[in-house]
Amino acid sequence: MVTIGPGEGLQVDLQSSVAAQFGRQIKAVITETLEGLGIKDAHVEAVDKGALDCTIRARVTAAAVRATGKDVWKD
Amino acid sequence: MMFVPGNNPGMMADAHIYGPDSIMLDLEDSVTMAEKDAARLLVHNALKTIDYGNTEMVVRINPLNTPYGKKDVEAVVKAGVDVIRMPKTETAEEVRELEAEILKVEQEIGRVGETKIMAAIESALGIVNAYAIATASPRMMGIALGAEDYSANLKTNRTPGGAELLLAREQIVVAARAAGICCFDTVYSNLDDMETFRKEVELIKTLGFDGKSIINPRQIEVVNSVFTPTEKEITKARAVVAAIKEAQAKGSGVIAVNGKMVDRPVVLRAERTIALAVAAGVISEEEDL
Amino acid sequence: MRNSKLVTLEEAIKRSGLQNGMTISFHHHFRGGDKVVNMVVDKLAEMGFKDLKLAASSLSDVHAPLIDHIKNGVITGISTSGLRGALADAISHGLLKEPVVFRSHGGRGSAIANGELKIDVAFLGASSADELGNACGYSRSENAKSICGSLGYALPDARYAKHVVVITDDLVEYPNMPMSIHAADVESVVVVDSVGDSSKIAAGAIRDSKNPRDILLAKQAAKVIINSGLFVDGFSIQTGTGGASLAAVKYIREEMINRGIKASFALGGITAHMVKLHEEGLIGKLIDVQSFDKVAAESIKNDPTHQEVSAVEYASGQHLGSATHALDIVILSALEVDTDFNVNVLVGSDGIIRGAIGGHQDTAADSALSIIVCPLLRGRIPCVVPHVTTLITPGKSVDVVVTEYGIAVNPGRPEIAEKLKAAGLPIVDIKELAAKASSIIGTPDPLPFGDKVVGIVMNRDGSVLDKIHNIVE
Repeated sequence: MVTIGPGEGLQVDLQSSVAAQFGRQIKAVITETLEGLGIKDAHVEAVDKGALDCTIRARVTAAAVRATGKDVWKD
Repeated sequence: MMFVPGNNPGMMADAHIYGPDSIMLDLEDSVTMAEKDAARLLVHNALKTIDYGNTEMVVRINPLNTPYGKKDVEAVVKAGVDVIRMPKTETAEEVRELEAEILKVEQEIGRVGETKIMAAIESALGIVNAYAIATASPRMMGIALGAEDYSANLKTNRTPGGAELLLAREQIVVAARAAGICCFDTVYSNLDDMETFRKEVELIKTLGFDGKSIINPRQIEVVNSVFTPTEKEITKARAVVAAIKEAQAKGSGVIAVNGKMVDRPVVLRAERTIALAVAAGVISEEEDL
Repeated sequence: MRNSKLVTLEEAIKRSGLQNGMTISFHHHFRGGDKVVNMVVDKLAEMGFKDLKLAASSLSDVHAPLIDHIKNGVITGISTSGLRGALADAISHGLLKEPVVFRSHGGRGSAIANGELKIDVAFLGASSADELGNACGYSRSENAKSICGSLGYALPDARYAKHVVVITDDLVEYPNMPMSIHAADVESVVVVDSVGDSSKIAAGAIRDSKNPRDILLAKQAAKVIINSGLFVDGFSIQTGTGGASLAAVKYIREEMINRGIKASFALGGITAHMVKLHEEGLIGKLIDVQSFDKVAAESIKNDPTHQEVSAVEYASGQHLGSATHALDIVILSALEVDTDFNVNVLVGSDGIIRGAIGGHQDTAADSALSIIVCPLLRGRIPCVVPHVTTLITPGKSVDVVVTEYGIAVNPGRPEIAEKLKAAGLPIVDIKELAAKASSIIGTPDPLPFGDKVVGIVMNRDGSVLDKIHNIVE
């Protein structure tokens, strides 16, 4: 579950069942994905249950697309 | 071919460990409209990242005449999918439209010609046009039956015996063979009735189908055991192939195995049996050179 | 009756001569339905006792109330096979001053028998008892409320504790025989309303797993056994109760029937699956240290070829006649296996205690072939790792690891690897499995362990195998 709202800079609040082992990496994937989409200012709330990086990328992108209304695929 | 819903990352991550020949990630009927955009991204990322080994990767996209279809094509071609399965195919024209869409994206990424197409036929019109569909594109590698929508389209319902599917099944096999491509049968959803499932797999194998769609790893074993040639069948097939080779070496035109004359269809069947056995991993290729 | 030992719990405690600082003990045969530990410790707290050492055969989620007793200084030391739930979490965060001492079932048996673990008062729940203290894990009366089957983990306590209190919810006529705990070992008998929640003690027979991964692992495990060279008439076997282990029994059974092979005995935690094979004539005898379901509990009561065994005679490493020494094949699970085949079944990959040693160390060491069955990954948690978080079972006693991505054989068993390869099984190097795991989920960051030792893992011979540190958050 990823929700993206307005914010200053990229702020990530992460709740994860694997926080101790992978919290840092998950946050890195989230910020990388957003930067790749050209998003520099956002507040992200993510609840993670041990998803793989590729799933996190997909979820963050989907949330960003819905929040900005700008899709990554052409119409 | 194992169906996996495109909105289930857990299932997509390890579907290949059960050894299906191919995996179909679904963006169409198993994904609600509200989740189409999210599922497309999940499938794109899964295809790009997960190591599926030698498993053939297929994605069922939404039809091109929906708001989702074109984006589905872009997302999966850019992720390197092996085959795009088009649902509810009714005409050769639809195939050519998809082909054009695929080409556009392939040109963008510099990988022209790599994506194949499989057409699912799920309506009466589709059955009527089966051969045209099967020959509509050099990318077409196979056609498949979608029985749920098909039987609804015929205004009847599905029965265990499958009487309502007789024509459709035979038409698909015939069209596929005439076009020189593969044919696949529809899913069987009752996971608790392995007996009936096995009978259905035996039936469609007899009809000439190359394979079957499944919805759960538990069904893999049944399909493999029906399609994998038995030791007896392999021994017989080897005898025929050996006899052919011997005859060819001697320059003789007539071959006999165990005193019975053996003609071309028998030889073809024997070669197919050996190919199936090799594909199933029951015998190794070198043994039969 | 004359010489009746029947008293209230309070009287029993007074009679026992229990003093602050002494050791009390309990068994865990009522599993998640146990009421005895909480009931007794509550009473002890009420009576003002402090600084008691609690020697349980194991503890689970239901023992969370011990947290308050620890905070209040009633319990200041624990030894057990395992910890779970809120209690385990609290201890992982440093609740207890003294480290918890973890032993395997055989290890606890040895320690009690050789005096290393001295028990002052044992409080042993029983499904039935007579007024002199003959006690069983089942009942022959119609009033049986909480049956559990074998009392294997209670027997060393009954024999060696200085003072034994039997607690039951089904008082039966003397003599309650044949008995598991003999009246001669018992000082007091207490009758209460309920010793356990029967719906949580023993479920109806555990249903076969429909999980495709369990089925895949089970089939592979069965193939390992069938092709190991040990699958011959008269072989013996022990399995865990995880989905994959139970499913493996199904596939082994099919091949036993195909080949006309029978097993001489099944050992350890007995389930309805094993009872079924036994009743079909496929397994000669059942040696039961713990009955996992009602079917097994009924069978041990009625069938003379299904016998209870004490933890000592089951798995003690210091008693060469213990049953594990006769065991051919054992199927075990794991939280983690590392590239040296070391196994961790006690501490999660987040550093929190969440399991039990059980008979893992004992069966792996003594059996002819030990097979670990575990998924490569559990979500994003890797099960095959470069180094286990905590060492429970040393790699040299672990022979084969079965995952859904391949099977690894300990380099110390080349003959097994050869046989399995010849049978066409996917044999891979365990380092490849660890690499595959990390290629999928990434490399975890080091865990935030603190300096406090919260747990000590004992080896079977009484030496220290590993230490568990607290988690800092």
